[in-house]
Amino acid sequence: MRDIVLFGLNHKTASVDVRECISFTVDETERALLMLRDNPAIGESVLFSTCNRIELLMAVDEREAAVTIAKQFIAEFKKIPLSQFENSLYQYAGDDAVRHTFQVAASLDSMVVGEPQILGQMKSAYYRATLKKNAGVILNKLLHRTFSVAKKVRTETGIGDHAVSISYAAIELGKKIFGDLEGKRVMLVGAGEMAELAVEHLIRNRVGTITVANRTFSRGLELAKRFHGKAVKFEEIVDAINEVDIVISSTGSSEYVLQKNQIKEAMKSRRNRSLFFIDIAVPRDIDPDINRINNAYVYDIDDLKGIVDVNIEDRNREAVKAQRIIDEAVIGFRKWYDTLEVVPTIVSLRGKVESMARRELEKTLGTLSHLSEADKRAIERMTGALVNKILHEPTDFLKREGCHGSKFASLDLTRKLFKLEENH
Amino acid sequence: MESVFILATIIYVFSCVCYFGYLFFQKTVLQRIAAGLMIAGFALHTVSLVACGVRAGNFPVNNLHETLSVTAWAVAAVFLAFFFKYKLKILGIFAAPLITLTMIVANQIPKPISQDPQLLKSWWLAAHITTIFFGNAAFALACGLGMLYLLQESAIKKKTRGFFFSRLPSLDLLDTTGYACIVVGFSMITIGLITGVVYAKAIWGRFWSWDPKEVWSAITWLFYAALLHERLTVGWRGRRMAIMAMIGFGVLLFTFFGVNFLLKGHHGTFTAI
Repeated sequence: MRDIVLFGLNHKTASVDVRECISFTVDETERALLMLRDNPAIGESVLFSTCNRIELLMAVDEREAAVTIAKQFIAEFKKIPLSQFENSLYQYAGDDAVRHTFQVAASLDSMVVGEPQILGQMKSAYYRATLKKNAGVILNKLLHRTFSVAKKVRTETGIGDHAVSISYAAIELGKKIFGDLEGKRVMLVGAGEMAELAVEHLIRNRVGTITVANRTFSRGLELAKRFHGKAVKFEEIVDAINEVDIVISSTGSSEYVLQKNQIKEAMKSRRNRSLFFIDIAVPRDIDPDINRINNAYVYDIDDLKGIVDVNIEDRNREAVKAQRIIDEAVIGFRKWYDTLEVVPTIVSLRGKVESMARRELEKTLGTLSHLSEADKRAIERMTGALVNKILHEPTDFLKREGCHGSKFASLDLTRKLFKLEENH
Repeated sequence: MESVFILATIIYVFSCVCYFGYLFFQKTVLQRIAAGLMIAGFALHTVSLVACGVRAGNFPVNNLHETLSVTAWAVAAVFLAFFFKYKLKILGIFAAPLITLTMIVANQIPKPISQDPQLLKSWWLAAHITTIFFGNAAFALACGLGMLYLLQESAIKKKTRGFFFSRLPSLDLLDTTGYACIVVGFSMITIGLITGVVYAKAIWGRFWSWDPKEVWSAITWLFYAALLHERLTVGWRGRRMAIMAMIGFGVLLFTFFGVNFLLKGHHGTFTAI
C-alpha cells in the first residue's frame, strides 16, 4: 500500500532568505518533476513552490527511504547543503499529509489566512505535475478532493471575506506613506499572477497610471493594455522610476533587479519624493538596503506579514469552522484510500454483482409463477455460476496486479467501471 | 484678570489630558473634547490677554510672564488654524502639552512692572511683536510635526509597527503640514524682522546695530531661508526636513530666550523676571 507523504517548508518555519534559496521557478519545477518521475523510489509527486512555501507531495512505497532520497534530491538540485535547510522542514504522512494539503489549499496555513491566491497556485502546480505524468491515481484523487474542499471552505465560511492578502497589506502601508493612493503612479516589474492581483487592489484605490516592465515585452504590453497603462522595456526600469511612486516587483530573477546605488541616483532626480517598493518576489528583486535611503521604503513579503495581524481574530474564528469541513474531508478521503486495498475492492465488487444478480433473479422469478421449485433452484444455481464466471478473471487480475506498480490504477478503474461505493 | 488666566490654564491642562487619552485609546470623542477644550481655553486666554493689554495700555509683553503667556496663546492660535485647515488631529499631542507647560511656567514666575511702558506703544511694534510670535508658534509646530514624522518614519522603516504606527497619520500629511508651518513661520518672521528694523530706525535712529538679538534673528532667518531654498531646489523633504525643522526650532529658542539670558541685548524688557 502506498503512503502519502509530504515535506516542505513555509513562511512559518523558514526565513525569506532560506525560502529564496530553495524556491523553484517554473522551469526548475518542470525539470525537477521529470527527475522525480524517473526516480524509482518516488511513486507519484507534485512539487509546489510559491513565495511562501515549497512543498513536495508524494505517494510512495517506502516512506522513510523516499523522503531521504527526495530531500537529498532537492539539496543537490538547488546546490545547497541539506543541513542548511533541514531544520526548517516539516513532514507529514498519511492523514496528516492529507489534512495539511487541504489546509494549505483552503488558505488556512497561509501567511495571510484566507488569501485567495494560494488555490490558483496549487492548481497550476498540479497541472504541471499532470502534464509530466508525475501525479497518479492517489495524488489525482487527493488534489481533486483538495480543490473541492478549498472551494467548500471558501463558500461556506467567511474566511475569505476580508480578502486580506499581501497586496491588501501593502495598500494599508502605502496609505501610511502617501496618505491617499489616489493618483499615485504604479510600476509593475515582472508580470506575475501575484502582481496582477496587487494591481487590481490598487486600482480599487484609484491609483494613477500603471506602467508595466516585463522581460517579455509582449506580455508586459498585454498586461498594460488590460490596466489601461503603458509598457516599458525591462532595461528602462531605472528611468521609469522617476515617473512613479509605487513599485511592485515580482520577477523570477535570481538577482536583485534594482540596486541601492541606482535608487540613490534616482532619488536625486525625483527630488526625494517618496518611493515605495513592494517586493513580492522570492528570491527578492529589490535590494533590501534601499530601505536605508531617505524617503525610500522597501517591504518584502515577510515584512508585509506584520501589517495584517489586525483582522486576524475574526478570521481565526472562521478558521475553526473551516477546520471542521477539512476534518470531514480527511475522513472521506481516508475511506476512499482504504478501498485501494485489494480485498475490500474484491469484496465490494462481488457484493455489487451478486446484489444485481439477486435483484434480477427475483424480478424474473416473480413473473414466472408456473415454475416448479426444482426449476427455480436450477435458475438460481445458474445465476450464481454466472456471477462466479464473470468475476473470476477480474478477481484473478486484481489479485495478481496487487504485486505490481499499477495496482492503484487497476483498483481505481475497477471501482469506476462498476461504480463501487467508497464507504465499504 | 488673574483668575481668567488660571482658568484658561486649567482648561488647557484638561485638553492636554484628553489628547493623551486620545493617543492611547484612539477614541474620536476624546479628540473632539480635547479640541473643544482647546478652543475654550484659547477664548478665555484671549480675554485675559486683551484685558491685560487694555489695563497696561500696551501690548502685554512687558515681562517674562506676559511673554510666555503670549507665546502659548500664539501656539494655540496657529495650532487651531492648522487643525482646521489640515484636519491633523494628532498634532494636539504636541501642541497641547507645549501650551500647557508654557502656561504653567508663566504662572509660576513673578510679574514685575515694566520699566518703560512707553517703549511698547507703536503700531510698528505691535506688528513686529504679533508676526514674530505667530512665526515662532508656527516653527514650534513644525518642530512638533518633525518629531511626529521621525516617529512614524522609523516605525515604517523598522517595520515594527509599534505604538505609533496606527496612531500617527501618513508621512505625506506630516511632511506637507510641517512644510506649510515653515512657510507660514518664515513669512511671519520675515515681516516681523522688517517691521522690527523699521521700528529700530524710528526709535534708535538706525536700522541695524549688531545687537546679539539682531544677529541671532538674522541667523534664524537665514537658517529657515536656506531650508526652504533646499526644499524648493533639491527637494529636501521627509526625514531631512523633519530634522532641520527641529534644529531650526532649537536655534529659534536660543534667539528668543537664550540671547536674552546669556548675551543680553536691547530686547531685555520682555523677558524681565
